Amino acid sequence: MKRMTRKATRHVNQNEGLIFEKSSAGKAAWKLPPLDVPEVDTAALLGVAERKDLGSMPEVSEIEIIRHFTRLSTWNYAIDLGMYPLGSCTMKYNPRVNEHVARVEGIANGHPYQPEKISQGALHILKTLSECLLEITGMDAITLQPAAGAHGEMTGLLMVRAYHHSKGNARKKILIPDSAHGTNPATAAMVNYAVENLKSDSRGMVDIAALEAQMSEDVAALMLTNPNTLGVFEQDIHKIADILHAKGGLLYMDGANMNALVGKARPGDFGVDVMHLNLHKTFSTPHGGGGPGSGPVAIKKALEPFLPRPVVVTKPDGTLGFDYDRPQSVGRVRAFYGNFGMFVRALAYIQANGPDGLRRTTEDAVLNANYIRKGLEGTYDLPYATPTMHEVVFSDKVQAKKGVRTMDIAKRLIDYGFHPYTTAFPLIVPGAMMIEPTESESKEEMDLFIEAMKSIADEVEEDPQTVLDAPHSTRVSRLDETAAARKPVLRWKPTA
Amino acid sequence: MAYPTDRKYTKEHEWIQTSGTSATVGITDYAQESLGDIVFVEVPKVGVELTAGKTFGTVESVKAVSDLYAPASGTVTEVNGDLASSPEKVNKDPHGSWMVKITLKNPKDLDALLSAADYEKFVAEESGH
Amino acid sequence: MRYLPKSPADREAMLKAIGLRSVDDLFAPIPAEYRLDRDLKIPRQMAESEIVDFFKQRSRENGDGYTSFLGAGAYFHYRPVIIDSLISRGEFLTAYTPYQAEISQGTLQSIFEFQTMICELTGMEVANASMYDGSTAAAEAVMMAVRLTGRRSVVVARSLHPEYREVLATYATHQGMPLAVAGFGADGRLNLKELEKSITAETAAVLIQSPNFFGTIEDVAAVAEIAHKHGAMLVVSIAEAVSLGIVEPPREADIIAMEAQSFGVPMGFGGPYCGVIATREKFVRQMPGRLVGQTTDKHGNRGFVLTLATREQHIRREKATSNICTNQALVALMVNIFMTVYGKIGLKELAKQNLAKTAYAAGQFAKHGKVLFGGAPRFNEFVVETSQDPYAINSRLLGHKMVGGLPLKKFYPELGNAALWCCTELTTRSAIDTAVGLVAESERSVRPAKEEVEEVAR
Repeated sequence: MKRMTRKATRHVNQNEGLIFEKSSAGKAAWKLPPLDVPEVDTAALLGVAERKDLGSMPEVSEIEIIRHFTRLSTWNYAIDLGMYPLGSCTMKYNPRVNEHVARVEGIANGHPYQPEKISQGALHILKTLSECLLEITGMDAITLQPAAGAHGEMTGLLMVRAYHHSKGNARKKILIPDSAHGTNPATAAMVNYAVENLKSDSRGMVDIAALEAQMSEDVAALMLTNPNTLGVFEQDIHKIADILHAKGGLLYMDGANMNALVGKARPGDFGVDVMHLNLHKTFSTPHGGGGPGSGPVAIKKALEPFLPRPVVVTKPDGTLGFDYDRPQSVGRVRAFYGNFGMFVRALAYIQANGPDGLRRTTEDAVLNANYIRKGLEGTYDLPYATPTMHEVVFSDKVQAKKGVRTMDIAKRLIDYGFHPYTTAFPLIVPGAMMIEPTESESKEEMDLFIEAMKSIADEVEEDPQTVLDAPHSTRVSRLDETAAARKPVLRWKPTA
Repeated sequence: MAYPTDRKYTKEHEWIQTSGTSATVGITDYAQESLGDIVFVEVPKVGVELTAGKTFGTVESVKAVSDLYAPASGTVTEVNGDLASSPEKVNKDPHGSWMVKITLKNPKDLDALLSAADYEKFVAEESGH
Repeated sequence: MRYLPKSPADREAMLKAIGLRSVDDLFAPIPAEYRLDRDLKIPRQMAESEIVDFFKQRSRENGDGYTSFLGAGAYFHYRPVIIDSLISRGEFLTAYTPYQAEISQGTLQSIFEFQTMICELTGMEVANASMYDGSTAAAEAVMMAVRLTGRRSVVVARSLHPEYREVLATYATHQGMPLAVAGFGADGRLNLKELEKSITAETAAVLIQSPNFFGTIEDVAAVAEIAHKHGAMLVVSIAEAVSLGIVEPPREADIIAMEAQSFGVPMGFGGPYCGVIATREKFVRQMPGRLVGQTTDKHGNRGFVLTLATREQHIRREKATSNICTNQALVALMVNIFMTVYGKIGLKELAKQNLAKTAYAAGQFAKHGKVLFGGAPRFNEFVVETSQDPYAINSRLLGHKMVGGLPLKKFYPELGNAALWCCTELTTRSAIDTAVGLVAESERSVRPAKEEVEEVAR
């Protein structure tokens, strides 16, 4: 291989079995204090409900547990190791002060039902974060309850439905552009709306003529991601909003790509009626291997009566409390108040940045994506020439001629020490390579990335097999997903 | 692969072979080829009514799901249980691995379907060859 | 800005490479009238020390230093310190969903172990990689039963966590799923006669909780028999996971929807928590959420991948089993480490201590007030009925830095002055004795000051 950069190198990597394979009777990693109340006769107390045996649960010591999980951890790639340019996922730095403050005693151990009198700290955090997010989005009211982006979508559409219902007609359809994330149509179906696809035009934007033709009084809302999944800002956003509003429809914005807008433009100013945010994308709460997320939903005034219960309010005596008396509420979408631990982290992030820091963050995110676009243009096919915001989508059109597809190039990137970009999404770009560097990458790291991508393109020309067989440097090579799906093995079982 | 001439085909890539008023339904070689490794076949239970042109089940590969469309209306009389444990048979022998047997409601449904030659032509156009 | 790795010279060089003069040119695609030309009105940039101070101050205003007897879906158990040291490793904390299996084996194997232990503890055959929380897991489990049975209506136990019921109602409303509620009897268990009356040939699922909201262990076998007799599925919600150490799991259930917060997850004012769905192998294709499966690579090495993804939204879109996209991976890792630390023997001993503390506390309270629902076994919660308003009693306890049981009238007006108390292994005998003493004092006193009551009433 040519021009292999020095970013990645091999190092000794420990093997490790399943924890069950290390277990043997009599080992323990726990110790309970002596019981200060009388022992009980469990059989007498529980009768037939008494459990006798916990089956194959492990028995191991503390050092084994530490080594087990530490070894497993070294098999993961992570933002802390290097660039993680997954498009639409906003894999930015997760500040450590966020983790620190989330573990402060009264914050980590607050009980959701403790009296409001001794919950003022948590309520203050809910209120302050809400105010910041409203200012950032330009919206009028917000709920922090949804547990993730998709959950926020559901909450938003429930409010859309309740709003239309209050006007006498819940309507039937949701319009969704063909470039949308899969959660959008899945959510519309959960809220019992029919999904109607809306095609994109040659610029990769909503086709205004198609929208005009498809818009009717049966349409409850358009779910739009802006910038969309091509990283393109919908320049006709005001026209889109006008077309919807003229027929009584609402504009829903999927805030997955808010990292392109914070401090630079506000959805509330360009006609959005409902939107969700992803605190785990834009506001730096850790992805943690797939969650927890947090998906607050911000809305315009007209939808406020429909917010999920409860809502944080300032009481006459100046203290904060929860208002449960919301007769038009869509109800609860989750027990308690949402992923509070994520609110703490998001607020710490906003405080660490301030208005100047948030704006600079957005500028750097957009600058980085454009720098990568410039660096790779000519090497990889750019299906849409429309200006790029925070992410850029290439395709494998050139490399496909040699039989190398987006997934192969992605796997080869691993050997160069990078996490792959998002493959095969958005669906409107065949062989998509969706790259979102975020603001967290230095010029040096991006130069290495560009160099790696160019080097892979050269390999495709000279030695495509190397790319097709990648990755070569990982513990395991490509795994047999077909066998996994045909005969699912979803748990360990003791050998008889 | 040559498409057997003893049956009819749909533009959704199912085949149907009749014997009197009963018929056997499966997917074509082109369909299995474009799906890739098939990992799961979902078909309705015996007794379910199929409507011509409507979906009646799904075929799954690792990263895609395709609907099955009924070539004709009828009642399911038998399902191929083999495919539950060995879905790969559809890849190996698509024209031999039937999915459901039905009693035709209206044998005339088949008149609207493609012959082997027409289907082959249709596939050639669709795949751009 | 301390998180941004660029010097002004870097930015200059990059703009030049792109062929732009200023950063503003990058935002030209946004129509000028929508570009924000002012600072956001949010707090100014703060130093790390200021941020830490801010949250320490909030902590002091948030029940720090109080002894609490609250449970009701959020439980205070000891969290072994290695949980936080291990989940703080950047390779776990700052990784995304393990779509690229070759560089995600750590997350994948840990989820596989999680799925295995959840199966082992619940007595089910398959478990997913986690859901948002117990309430949404219960709602998703019911929708799964709707898909599996082809029926649409649901019977819910009134003794299910009231907020779980509210969440289910939200999910069900627009799915056109009629909900019927079956009450509880004098022993706190689901009233089987009411269940029989509510269940119909259209019932897809019966949803109960065990131990239920009052801490009472349901007669799951009897409920299952009725549900199955009518062709409905039984969904059992478990909100207090520690109970599984000593209470027989609801093996007769078709689907278990669990909240695993008790297993090493901080109460954190209500979240993030860790829901899980576990079920029978034959139902797996209707299960929502991520699943990890074992397979091999081309050299025959064991490895793990996300599998059966065709159920999910990114492939099936509007026909997916659910719109769920994230799982609670990092929280599931906490749960996994907790289960590994306590293991086969420790979980049982831990559960036994919970049982002993609760038995002692309930016995002490019975001397001064009425402990309801004595006719059925319970785990670590119990309901105390007093002649005084429990808000007034709690007001007195707050003065002693104690948080008393949860007054139930908000959720169950029919229970009058009853409150739900909880003890765990962390509840000391002296705290129990103090609380019992204060309740007894309160019961003896004539009446509380009116304004004091309102102060803590929600």
